[in-house]
Amino acid sequence: MNQQQPANQPASAYFLEDRHDPTETHTLSVLVQNEPGVLARVIGLFSGRGYNIDSLTVSETESQKHLSRITIVTTGTPMVIEQIKHQLDRMVPVYRVVDMTLTGRSIERELAMVKVRGGGDHRVEALRLADAFRARVIDATTESFVFEITGASSKINQFIDLMRPLGLVEVSRTGVAAIGRGPEGM
Amino acid sequence: MSNQSHDPNQMTGAAMIVRALIDHGVQHLFGYPGGAVLPIYDEIFQQSDVEHILVRHEQGAGHAAEGYARSTGRPGVVLVTSGPGATNMVTPLTDALMDSIPLVCITGQVPTHLIGNDAFQECDTVGITRPCTKHNWLVRDVNDLAKVLHEAFYVATTGRPGPVVVDVPKDVQFATGTYHPPRKDDVHVSYTPRLKGDAAQIRKAVALLAGAKRPVIYSGGGVINSGPEASKLLRELVEVTGFPITSTLMGLGAYPASGKNWLGMLGMHGTYEANMTMHDCDVMLCVGARFDDRITGRTDAFSPGSKKIHIDIDPSSINKNIRVDVPIIGDCGNVLGDLLQVFRAEAKKPDIKAWWQQITQWRARNSLSYRKNSEIILPQHAIQTLFEATRGKDTYITTEVGQHQMWAAQFYGFEEPHRWMTSGGLGTMGYGLPAAMGVQVAHPDSLVIDIAGDASVQMTIQEMSTAVQYELPIKIFILNNQYMGMVRQWQQLLHGNRLSHSYSEALPDFVKLADAYGCVGLQATKPSDLEGAIKEMIKVKRPVLFDCRVAALENCFPMIPSGKAHNEMLLPEEATDEATAKAFSGGKALV
Repeated sequence: MNQQQPANQPASAYFLEDRHDPTETHTLSVLVQNEPGVLARVIGLFSGRGYNIDSLTVSETESQKHLSRITIVTTGTPMVIEQIKHQLDRMVPVYRVVDMTLTGRSIERELAMVKVRGGGDHRVEALRLADAFRARVIDATTESFVFEITGASSKINQFIDLMRPLGLVEVSRTGVAAIGRGPEGM
Repeated sequence: MSNQSHDPNQMTGAAMIVRALIDHGVQHLFGYPGGAVLPIYDEIFQQSDVEHILVRHEQGAGHAAEGYARSTGRPGVVLVTSGPGATNMVTPLTDALMDSIPLVCITGQVPTHLIGNDAFQECDTVGITRPCTKHNWLVRDVNDLAKVLHEAFYVATTGRPGPVVVDVPKDVQFATGTYHPPRKDDVHVSYTPRLKGDAAQIRKAVALLAGAKRPVIYSGGGVINSGPEASKLLRELVEVTGFPITSTLMGLGAYPASGKNWLGMLGMHGTYEANMTMHDCDVMLCVGARFDDRITGRTDAFSPGSKKIHIDIDPSSINKNIRVDVPIIGDCGNVLGDLLQVFRAEAKKPDIKAWWQQITQWRARNSLSYRKNSEIILPQHAIQTLFEATRGKDTYITTEVGQHQMWAAQFYGFEEPHRWMTSGGLGTMGYGLPAAMGVQVAHPDSLVIDIAGDASVQMTIQEMSTAVQYELPIKIFILNNQYMGMVRQWQQLLHGNRLSHSYSEALPDFVKLADAYGCVGLQATKPSDLEGAIKEMIKVKRPVLFDCRVAALENCFPMIPSGKAHNEMLLPEEATDEATAKAFSGGKALV
């Protein structure tokens, strides 16, 4: 019938506001009880509610108290980021959720291992760049290197981009870990 | 220290489960036995404190427990076996999660050494139920069982209530360990629901309310969940402020339908006055509701000119769909009490005469009107007749999902909280019959009616057998239009009247079916039969299947087409084919 009208209509009634709001990237630190399934709960929340996970790291940090710390980098509108924090916070095994991006006083680091294969000038150039980025050689053969590099994600991205034309084989990254500056804990 | 065999707290896991139920005051348990829960059933057999109700399908146990919980305010308890027993519980668990109903579900599991081996009747119960419970546990050590069970009851019933699952492998049920009665440190230290509202926020809210020219109170299921005190305080607040009040589907009964400030239900099938009041208000007080899409319609056109106050126990409900100006996190009853106190001390009843005049005009549109018919029973008329026949009686109403549910919400007047059990969030067809059973178990002398549809009721109709076994005189009042009415309505309005698979060609004869189950079958086909037949239904002290033959093609109005704003509702007298086509054009993609 009228073919134009559907095009003018929103595809769904529910995400009208999302379209107008720009998205932001936030780093969240989540302190949880280290019990079976806790990571599945957190990941399930993100997939079930359609939130993004850009990066996620988790490890036990205080084994006596059975505490683990999860660092999640996520992207969404301010309203969605707010939701994510509340949704995490209301989970039974979650102690605290801190938005490291909002505090503005956090340090974020990531570790990557980067394998590069090649010879001649490429090999020399790769070593020179690694030195400039303070990446360490942790494995070497006559035709390859594995570099270990630590830093902000942007620095790692940059390093990987530079390695690509020099014979990049593969990369393994830990994802972001974050901690607040100053004497206070989270 | 002492001889272990004389320690009364030394017992098997199965015995601990029954003991914990008793310690938590559980009187009724809905369940279905199977291999992985036999040790627990053996314990149940040897005691008489907890009465077990044997259902015909685990889903029935879940909904019965929901009805039980919602009508009493106490948690509903379910016991099912591993594998299919657990997966059949997924629907009621999700239903309870969406509607914030406290359920404690104990599932059997294959022995710990078989977990992960694809054993007979094994499934990953905690994995499957993780997204449909408030929390769940797999207990691998019998010495953890007491703590977990106590925590389960605590988590289910405190904060925003919800369903929990405790998965207990069979070897843990057989193993002997130490039980302890409930104590404080049974609960995760990380679980701390906030009950008391922030005083400064409450003060801000009172200032907004006192200065309102066009206020509205919009209440929801949270008020009911908070307990009878919250409903009492809500009524006091309406009295003290003189504000109009509307409610969500889940909140019906918190404020009486006969109250003079009552606008009727709001939302997709709410009244014209309720939705217009919401749209044009300048201050909105939302108490224990969550701005769900059936309420708001199009979110960017939702009540555009108002300051919004939102009281909710769950911080994640705040600013989820609609941005609010004054969020107050806390238990509805608690916050309403504080708010009333501040309002009485610091504010006067604002003058909102002009606003009430406007509302009176909206009311005059009479948006729930329908044309009378002396030949065919109209479903609206059937509900009204049922309401009149049960007025003043000690009545509980449950429903299935669809047109009949909306008509029940529109035409049955609820005067008290905890009297209305419906699947609001998940919209589960088949909820009402087993829920009625649960309500009847909790209130054996009350009149319990499931307002049903012919399609919904068949989803759990096998539970009539349970009702007969336990002499639960539930009344299943079926508005039989031979269609999945709401599906047919949407197909008519949105899909060019192509009625794809929404007609039930081979309905059972419900009267004969009643006979087969050993209960009472009644039928009404003409408006003149209706009242007499309903009276007969109420008089019978046995379960009844009431086949009420209603107009087949009646639509449920008023209606906000999905994706439209509150002031774009379609009223019954305006719903000509042309207006309907225009209102729904392009809306096919909408939910």
